[in-house]
Amino acid sequence: MRRGREALTFWLFVGPFAAGLLLFTYVPIGWSAYLSLFDAHNTVAPTEFVGFDNYVDVLTDRAFLDSLGTFTVFAAFIIPTTVVLSLGLALLVNRIPIAQVFFRSVFFLPFACSYVVAALIWKMSLFSGVDSGVANTVLGWFGVEPQAWVGTVDPPLYWVVLVTVRLWLQLGFYMILFIAALQRIPRHLYEAAWIDGASPGWQTFRYITLPGLRGALVAVLTLNLINAYQAFDEFYNVLGDSRGYAPFARPPLVYLYYNSLGSGGQDLGRGSAGALVLALVIALATLLSGKVSRRRR
Amino acid sequence: MGAEIGRRGFLVVAGLLGLSACGSDTGRGGSGDGTLRHWYHAYGEDGVQDAVRRYAAAYPGAKVEVQWNPGDYDSKVVTALQNSAVPDVFEAQVKVDWVRQKQVVPLDDLLGDTRDDFVRSLLDSQTVDGRLYGIPQAIDTQVLYYRPSLLSKAGVTPPRTVDELIDAAKRVNAGGVRGFFAGNDGGVNVLTAPLLWSAGLDFLSADGKAPGFDDPRAATVFGKLRELHQSGALLLGAPTDWSDPGAFVDGLTAMQWTGLWNLPKIRAAHGDDIGVLPFPRLDSRGAESVPVGAYSAMVNARSGNVDAAKAYVKWLWVEKTEYQTEFATAFGAHLPARRSLAAKTGDGPAKDVVGFVTEGGRIANPARWSSRANTALTDAVSRIAREGAEPTGELRAALQTARDEIARLDR
Repeated sequence: MRRGREALTFWLFVGPFAAGLLLFTYVPIGWSAYLSLFDAHNTVAPTEFVGFDNYVDVLTDRAFLDSLGTFTVFAAFIIPTTVVLSLGLALLVNRIPIAQVFFRSVFFLPFACSYVVAALIWKMSLFSGVDSGVANTVLGWFGVEPQAWVGTVDPPLYWVVLVTVRLWLQLGFYMILFIAALQRIPRHLYEAAWIDGASPGWQTFRYITLPGLRGALVAVLTLNLINAYQAFDEFYNVLGDSRGYAPFARPPLVYLYYNSLGSGGQDLGRGSAGALVLALVIALATLLSGKVSRRRR
Repeated sequence: MGAEIGRRGFLVVAGLLGLSACGSDTGRGGSGDGTLRHWYHAYGEDGVQDAVRRYAAAYPGAKVEVQWNPGDYDSKVVTALQNSAVPDVFEAQVKVDWVRQKQVVPLDDLLGDTRDDFVRSLLDSQTVDGRLYGIPQAIDTQVLYYRPSLLSKAGVTPPRTVDELIDAAKRVNAGGVRGFFAGNDGGVNVLTAPLLWSAGLDFLSADGKAPGFDDPRAATVFGKLRELHQSGALLLGAPTDWSDPGAFVDGLTAMQWTGLWNLPKIRAAHGDDIGVLPFPRLDSRGAESVPVGAYSAMVNARSGNVDAAKAYVKWLWVEKTEYQTEFATAFGAHLPARRSLAAKTGDGPAKDVVGFVTEGGRIANPARWSSRANTALTDAVSRIAREGAEPTGELRAALQTARDEIARLDR
C-alpha cells in the first residue's frame, strides 16, 4: 500500500517531465536519425531510402567542413578567454568589501539581454561601419580611419564584433558560477595555509582556490564548449540576412539552417545527418576535454 | 525506491502520455465550413494589410480569412505544405519540389485570354514542366539609383557598362559619401544574378537542364566585383542593408542598388535629384538587366476546397484589375503584373522602370534553381570578391553542386 502510494507520487512528479523529455527530445532525435537515412526533401515521412548518402554528402561538403573547422578554432579561443575573464571577475567581485551585490548584479545583467537584441546593437550602433558609429568615433579621436567592422574580411574585423558581444553576454553568468564555487571553499583552509606560511597571492590561489574550483571549472568548460559549437543567434544576426550568409564565420547550425530549412527547399535528410554529425563532434570534444581535465588532477 | 519502478512501467506511462498528447492535435483539418484561408507574408509598406483584408471581405463567393505572417514566411509555407490543409491560398514563388510532391495545383485554366497580358518572364518564373502554378500578383524589381547632381559634379556620366560603374563609383567617392552601395556584403547576394546577366550568362541554361555559368566569362565578371571591392568606393557596414533606402536617403552613398519599392521614400528625400538605371552590361555580348520576381498566388493541393480556392484566386488576381493596380502601386512602388496596367502607371523614374522590365527583365529566382545551388554560387562569389580567391577554381566547385542539384530535380 505504502509502496503503491510512493510509486504514484514518483510518477506524479517525474511523469510530466519525463514524458516531455521523451516526446520532445528523444522522439525527435530518433526521428532525425531515421530521416538521415532517407531522401527527405520537404517531407517528414520519406520513402526513398538512401543509406549513408546524406552523411557522405555533408562530410564531403567543403562548406560544412569549413564551418566545423572554424568553430573548433572559435571554441579554442573563446573558452580559455571566457574562463580566465569570468574567473578574474569572480575573484575581484568576491573580494570587494563594499557593494558586492551591486557589482555582482551589474556584471550579471547582460546575461538577461537577448542575444538577438545585443547582436543588433553591436552591429548597427557600436560597430556600425559609418563614420558616426561608436567604435569609429573612438577611432577618430586617435586619427584612425573609420572601419567597416562587419563588412571587412581582410583583416577579419567581424570577429571583433562577434567575440565582444559573446563575451559581454556570457561572462556574467560564468562569473556567478565561479562566485558560488568560491564561497563554498572553507575559510579554514585559507587560515591553515596562512598559519603554515603560504604566501597569500599565487601560492594560495594555486593550491587552495583552484583545486576547490575544479567542479565549477569542468561545468564552465563543458557549457562553453557546447555553446561555442551551437553558436547561432549573434552570428546569424550580425552576418546573415534574408538572402543568405557569408561563407566565413558560418556556424555549423547556420549552415544547417540555410541548407536544410532554407527558403523553399527543405532537405531534412541531409539536415538530420549534419545535425547528428555535429552532435557527435560536440560529444567527442566534451569527452576529450573531460579526459584532459581529469588527467591534470 | 527507483528500483520498484521498472523500466517497462516507465515506458508504458510515458507512452500513454505521448499518445494522449498526439490525440489532442487540432492544428489540421480542412475548413469544413467553406471558409478560405489566405496567407500573406508581412509587407513592410503601410496599408497593404488593410487593403488585402478589404479585398478578401469583398469576395462574394466565400468567406475568406486573411492571415498576415511576420517572420520567416517562406519556411512557414514549406512546413505547412507538407501536411496541412491550411492555407487554402497563399503567396509564394513556386519550387520544383512542391510540384514534384504534388503540394500545389496547376492554375493554367484561370488565365483564359488574359495570358498574353501578363509579363511573360513572370509567368515563366512560375511555370514548371509547362504548367503554371502561381498567378503573379505584382512585379518586384531592383534598379540602380543614382544622384545626377553628385555624378555631374564628379564629371561622370550615368554608367552603362560595368567598367563605367566601377569608374563612376571611384570618382564620386569623396567627402564621406561613398560611391556605391549594394548591401553590407558588398553586393555578393544581390548582384550575383545581374553580374551573370551582364556577361550574357545566367543561373541556368535556357532549357534549365544545365548550369548557365559554365563559361570563362563568369570568372571575368566576378573579377569585376573583386575590383569594385578593392577600389575602396563601396559602402560597407551601413546601418541598413541594400533592401532599405536608408543609406541612399541619408546621403551615405551616391549610387545604390535597391528595390523599386523604395522609390517613394527616395523621392521624398531627394526630390528630382534621382535617376534610375538597369544593371549595366559587361560588354557587347551581355545585356543590361533588371531582376524580375514577385510573390504569386498559389493554391494548396491539400486544401479541402481546391475549386473554391481557384475561383477566389481567379476573381482577385485575374478579374479585379482595379485591386491589382492598387495593390501594386498604392503602397510603395511596384508594378502591376499585367502590361496593360503597368503601361498606365507612373511617371518619371517609374516610367523608365517599366521599360527596363519589358526590355531587360530577367527571372530573379528560377524555380529550377535550388537554394543549395544558390548557396554554393554565392559562397564562390563571396570568396572571389571579398577574399580574393581564384575565380576559376571557386566557380568549378559551384558548377558541380549546381549540376548535382539539377540532376536531383529530374530524378
